[in-house]
Amino acid sequence: MAQLNVDLVAADRKIWSGTARAVSAPAADGEIGILADHSPVLSVLEAGTVRITGVSGEKIAVKVTGGFLSVDSNQVMLVVDDAEVLDASAVSGH
Amino acid sequence: MAGSQRVYKQRIKSTQSLKKMFRAQELIAASRIGRARARSAEAGPYAQAITQAVSAVATHSTTRHPLTSERTDTNRVAVLVVASDRGMAGAYSASIIRETERLVERLTHEGKEVALYAAGRRAVTYYTFRHRELAQSWTGGSDAPTADVARDIADTLLEAFLAPADEGGVGELHIVYTQFVNMVTQRPRVVRMLPLEVVEGVAPAGQHDVLPLYDFEPSSEAVLDALLPRYVRSRIYSCLLQAAASELAARQRAMHTATDNAEDLVRMYTRLANQARQADITQEISEIVSGADALAAS
Repeated sequence: MAQLNVDLVAADRKIWSGTARAVSAPAADGEIGILADHSPVLSVLEAGTVRITGVSGEKIAVKVTGGFLSVDSNQVMLVVDDAEVLDASAVSGH
Repeated sequence: MAGSQRVYKQRIKSTQSLKKMFRAQELIAASRIGRARARSAEAGPYAQAITQAVSAVATHSTTRHPLTSERTDTNRVAVLVVASDRGMAGAYSASIIRETERLVERLTHEGKEVALYAAGRRAVTYYTFRHRELAQSWTGGSDAPTADVARDIADTLLEAFLAPADEGGVGELHIVYTQFVNMVTQRPRVVRMLPLEVVEGVAPAGQHDVLPLYDFEPSSEAVLDALLPRYVRSRIYSCLLQAAASELAARQRAMHTATDNAEDLVRMYTRLANQARQADITQEISEIVSGADALAAS
């Protein structure tokens, strides 16, 4: 099954990076959900919560203050101004 | 001649304590460079992502944006100087100010009116001492800039760029900062930030096959509206980070030289003090001998 490669970066650091099954983010026109093989999209993000479901089903929630999102051939790039990880136990990396 | 011996001893002492300070500054700067460069590297993914997105929008839409179009209604231009808060960094601040002066002169020559924005106490004091007007200034934390400061600076400058001409709007934005090439080379650099030349930031074609046809949410204008200010912020942040790393590298080098010079001075003064002591002894002996001679003769 195809997976999403997700990168969540803030202005001064990388917040989260890894593979995921689904990503949901607060887009300008309402919540946007992304699964594998989503069509390329570039969207503005509002303040809200980004939810990432990892490949093994773990859930990560990150509070963001706005930014943008780009999806392109299963590469999801979430660029946010400031972020706060709500579920610290599931964070990979640092 | 005991006086000159005492003077040399004092000088040796004061030079030695100066040397300790130089050494401490050198070590502090050296330990902070690593952190400054790490911070610069951490900001990398964000800058990369944003540049990629901007070039994607630029290649897929023909939308004109105020930030990318030239302004002809005003001849005011903004110049942002990024200098340090403290000295003890050799020619770091001096060379950045010299570069700025050159740029200001060139712009004035072209018939433009320059509005100066300064970051770093050194630049601020330079201009206030000469009674030159600063549109705005930021001080503190020049060796460890935060994203918040960068955002504040970027927002102020963007606001000036988007303001109407009669309210102090500016038509261009130039940034003078020091580019960190490596530990021994830091180069003062002038970049024209606004109006944006997106072409410059476009990722080379062929590296990523063909850029995909994006859907824009909610619209390409809105996406550009959100992207471009962030792009400017990220560029300014990276300028500040480079300047911070350069400042620390310059400080480390300057303090290293100062420590070496202090060592040289201590060595020289020690030699002079020894000479003076020897001269004192010789004189004392000759006095005693001539005294004894005089006594024996009488």
